[in-house]
Parts: sequence; structure tokens; C-alpha cells
Amino acid sequence: MHELSIVSSLFEVLEEKARENRATKIVKVRLKLGKLTGVVPELLQTAFDTYKQGTIAAEACMEIEEVPLKLRCRGCAAEIEKEDYVLVCPSCRSTDLEILEGMDLVLDKIDLEV
Amino acid sequence: MANKELIVREEILGSNKKVAAEIRGKLEAAGVLVVNLLSSPGSGKTTLLERLVETLKPAHPLAVIEGDIETERDADRIRRKGVPAWQITTGGACHLEAKMVGRLLPEIPAETEFLFIENVGNLVCPAGYDLGESLRCVLLSAPEGDDKPKKYPKAFATADCLIITKSDLIPYLPFDLEKAGNEALDINPRLRIFITSALKGKGIADLARYFIESRVNMIQHQHHA
Repeated sequence: MHELSIVSSLFEVLEEKARENRATKIVKVRLKLGKLTGVVPELLQTAFDTYKQGTIAAEACMEIEEVPLKLRCRGCAAEIEKEDYVLVCPSCRSTDLEILEGMDLVLDKIDLEV
Repeated sequence: MANKELIVREEILGSNKKVAAEIRGKLEAAGVLVVNLLSSPGSGKTTLLERLVETLKPAHPLAVIEGDIETERDADRIRRKGVPAWQITTGGACHLEAKMVGRLLPEIPAETEFLFIENVGNLVCPAGYDLGESLRCVLLSAPEGDDKPKKYPKAFATADCLIITKSDLIPYLPFDLEKAGNEALDINPRLRIFITSALKGKGIADLARYFIESRVNMIQHQHHA
């Protein structure tokens, strides 16, 4: 639902990186999307294609890689991949879990024309 | 002209998180416990706040930030209780962001002990935005149904406490209090759960005590750090 405001934050970063690298064009944008962020890839794509008009990324395409939630159990040191939000270690039932990956939306790489 | 692959690895909402961390740092150092209230529209955030204001105000100076898409109505309701309140109207945006809260910091009176932020009514988007709060509370009103935690997991997973509201209606509804609590605890075993009725005044004193104790713990932690 707030994909457009996420894309506007993304463009702040993109424009800053393009300026720093004296790029003339952004060709490709690659994102890593944590599966449990609640952000919908299709809506993000639509928001990106709308927002990019008239910007340095006007011709850019976007690739979204979905990343599962990865946790490490502090009880038994097991590494766990989760598809849902039940945050309990399946081996030892501990709830003391460290989040390794999959809660955030990360701008991974940009292809620039310089 | 050449092509260049640039490795960035930056969180897109990183700038919001940074602003939120600054707000938290400043307000915690000033002894202000910031509480972010999240729920769907109509679950009773403002009415609960009115009762909390009545309970806390005599001994604890507090302030309120109200988030809505349009109108000053909620801030007006709080001001009528004699407490400073600011309305943020997002003009369509479905959540508050840290920078909107940051702009109001200079206006918060120095003696403030509690700052309550009532987020835009929405159980989805506000969960993704840290506002610099020390505590995040999610409200679930009995008429919404006991099946909401697993349908909207992020709000429950990121909260510190769950406040069941409108509990006076439970006898008239197919709402299973135990089921709602267990679903929420499956997602987040650390949740503190409070059962309230703003209309009957039930559970308000317990909740106020929880905020007072949380503030004491916050201040003690700072002294240790």
C-alpha cells in the first residue's frame, strides 16, 4: 500500500549514487526484498515504472529478488529459514532468535552508464 | 560511455531508521517515553488515549501527536483534556514517518514524561516505519475479530504490547479472547497483553502503570549506560 512512498525513498538513494558517480543514466536497479516486509513486488514494480518517468532512471529496469526470513537461534545455534511469522525455533522451541536477513528492503546493486 | 556496476547494499528505508534513532536518542535522554499506537481505523485509539490522559495527567506531564489523513478532530479531542496535542495530516499517506515526528520535537514541553503518537489507522503500512518510539503498542478491538494477528503479522511481530480494546462487547460477539492472545503470542512470544474497555474504564490503570514502569526502566538503563 505504501509502495509509492518506498519508491520515492529509493529514488533519493538512486539520485545520490548517480550524482556521486557522475552517471548519465541508470540502466538497471536490483533490489533484495525480504519476504516478510509486507511489500508487494508487483506493486513496487508498478510504482517504480510510474515514478521513473523524467528521471535519470527513465529507461531503467528493476529486478526484485525475494529473500526468505533467515534467523539464528541463540538457544541451540540452529539457522532457520521461515516463510511465516511464527518466531519460534523449530528444534528447541526457543524464542530468542537473531534476525540475519529478510526483514528489510535493500538496494543491492545499480548498473550505471558513466 | 561505459557501463558500471555499483554495489550499494543500502536499506531503502535506512534514512527513516536513522531519523528515528536520533529522535529516540534525544527524547530518551530528556526522560520522555515515546509510545507509538498502531491499529486499524475505528479500533479505539483516540478513546483509549482520552482515558490514559485522564489517568496519567494529574501526576505525569504528557503530550500527544495525532496522525490522520485529514482533519484536526483527534487532536481537538485530546486538547479538550488540557494536554498539548499536534495533528499531522498526511493528505493521503497511509502511515507516519519519522521526519514528520522530528519536525515537532522543538514544540514538546521540557517537563513532558510521555509522548503518545497515534499512527494513521492502518494495520499494514505503519508497521514498517520506526518513529523513534521506545514502545510500540498494537490495538485490536473485539469487533474486528480474533483472527487478525496472523492476517496482519508484521504489526504484531514488531510490537511490545497488545491492547485488546472494547472488551465490554466480548459477551455479544464471537470473539475468543484466548485465541486472539495465543495467535498474537505465536507470532511474538514477548508481547505483553492488556485487556481494556475505555467505556467501562477497565484495564486503563494497569496500562498506565505499564507505561510508568517502562519509563522508570528506560531512565535506569540510561544511568547504567
